[in-house]
Amino acid sequence: MAFLELEALGKAYGGVDVLQGISINLSRGEILGIIGPTGSGKTTLLRLVNLLEAPSCGNIRLEGLTLNDLTEKEKLLARRRMAMVFQRPVMFKGSVQENVSYGLKIRGKKDQQIVKSALEAVNLSGYESRDASCLSGGEMQRIALARALVLQPEILLLDEPTANLDPKSAAAIDRIIQSLVGQSTLVILATHNMLQCKRLASRVAVLMKGRMVAVGKPEEVFDLRQEHLMSEIAVPW
Amino acid sequence: MKKGSFGLEEIWGGLLRAFELIITLDPEVVGITARSLYISLASVFLSSLIDIPLGAMIESKEFWGKRGIISLIHTLYSLPTVTVGLLVYLILSRNGPLGSLEILYTPAGMVLGQMILITPIMIGLTISALGEVSPQVKDTAKSLGASELQIMITTINEVRSAMLAAVLLGFGRAISEVGVAMMIGGNIRGYTRVLTTAISLETSIGNLELSMALGIILLSISLLVNLVMNRLQRR
Ligand SMILES: Nc1ncnc2c1ncn2[C@@H]1O[C@H](COP(=O)(O)OP(=O)(O)O)[C@@H](O)[C@H]1O
Ligand SMILES: [Mg+2]
Repeated sequence: MAFLELEALGKAYGGVDVLQGISINLSRGEILGIIGPTGSGKTTLLRLVNLLEAPSCGNIRLEGLTLNDLTEKEKLLARRRMAMVFQRPVMFKGSVQENVSYGLKIRGKKDQQIVKSALEAVNLSGYESRDASCLSGGEMQRIALARALVLQPEILLLDEPTANLDPKSAAAIDRIIQSLVGQSTLVILATHNMLQCKRLASRVAVLMKGRMVAVGKPEEVFDLRQEHLMSEIAVPW
Repeated sequence: MKKGSFGLEEIWGGLLRAFELIITLDPEVVGITARSLYISLASVFLSSLIDIPLGAMIESKEFWGKRGIISLIHTLYSLPTVTVGLLVYLILSRNGPLGSLEILYTPAGMVLGQMILITPIMIGLTISALGEVSPQVKDTAKSLGASELQIMITTINEVRSAMLAAVLLGFGRAISEVGVAMMIGGNIRGYTRVLTTAISLETSIGNLELSMALGIILLSISLLVNLVMNRLQRR
């Protein structure tokens, strides 16, 4: 039994299919890179997995448990095993400390040491008392990552975590993702950056117009000489 | 002197006496002011407990008739206080649905009346304040594992100054209204007599000094509430 199974997953908005027939089995410790041009459905897929959106068809199974059939209360428990970092993270009003410890507080857990080491991990040590709304874009992105990391989620959903960053901040975030390799976290990383995908992912899924057109190891997907495919993805970048 | 006709001199003299009453902490003035404050604070506190969650629920859910309800709430902002007074009177009177509570002509009855009076403003302002919170904030809270209730608390916290302004506005309306206080409280001396009902009574019997003193206090409270509200809204 796979850890996370997506089975014929589909999502339509107002009768228009945004995702269709997404099927894939994932295990702990994997980093799945989802690559595809803007509008291909990456964000929608992550939102479905995070149970922020209900699928129009198909199933999501976590350790054999079909998540879509759950009550709201049970969905909350399933959601608490994951964390998502959004494409354009928003900060809650308050300090960095309050933001990073948010998920822990909600779970009724202590925060002191974990927050400190999460801030160290994202290279923002000593930022605890800063006003979260006054951070730069890159800092916010890293705080958002720290806010997810403190929860030690079993599934970490990252939506273009470096899309709006300068190369230095982007490299820092890449290193953090890399450091998750070998832990039991399943990382799903949506990106439209082929290099990042190649560097970090243990497996790659290519999304085109809501369909998964290729899945495999990075070297397989990127070196299949499917030049028509790659060039098509490459156009909008 | 004919009742209802005052010369400038009487007004001036009355004003001086009024200040004297305030400064010397005249027991009557202090008593009425304290009663006004605690009745209206109780109303605004209790209605916050009901109306803020209710407004948050209306704001966060999609249901049939939502727009209708919201525009009804807006219409009720200007609910005439005597109409509310009449309504609550009928509810609380001996044969009314809540007649067995026997709280007509009591502070508790006034609190209930003022709660009903400010409910539309409190719910309406909650809805519009929470409407300013971006859906991403709710998504972020949800994705970090927040329950429905925790999401609601987080959203309210995002617009806490607007929420505080709403509460102050409710308080301002409660403490300055006459209809409910008069009809439900009955203006019983030392028991249900508050600033507004005392002012109207003392003026009508020609006791200008006391009514001016109370008027000055009511005006100061209103000004203070407005001042704080303006500061909150500028943030
Ligand atoms: N809430 C929504 N309502 C309607 N259409 C949506 C909604 N969210 C996404 N879409 C559409 O779904 C498609 C895929 O969007 P998205 O998942 O954001 O793609 P990506 O993240 O790959 O850029 C786009 O065409 C987008 O316009
Ligand atoms: Mg996206």
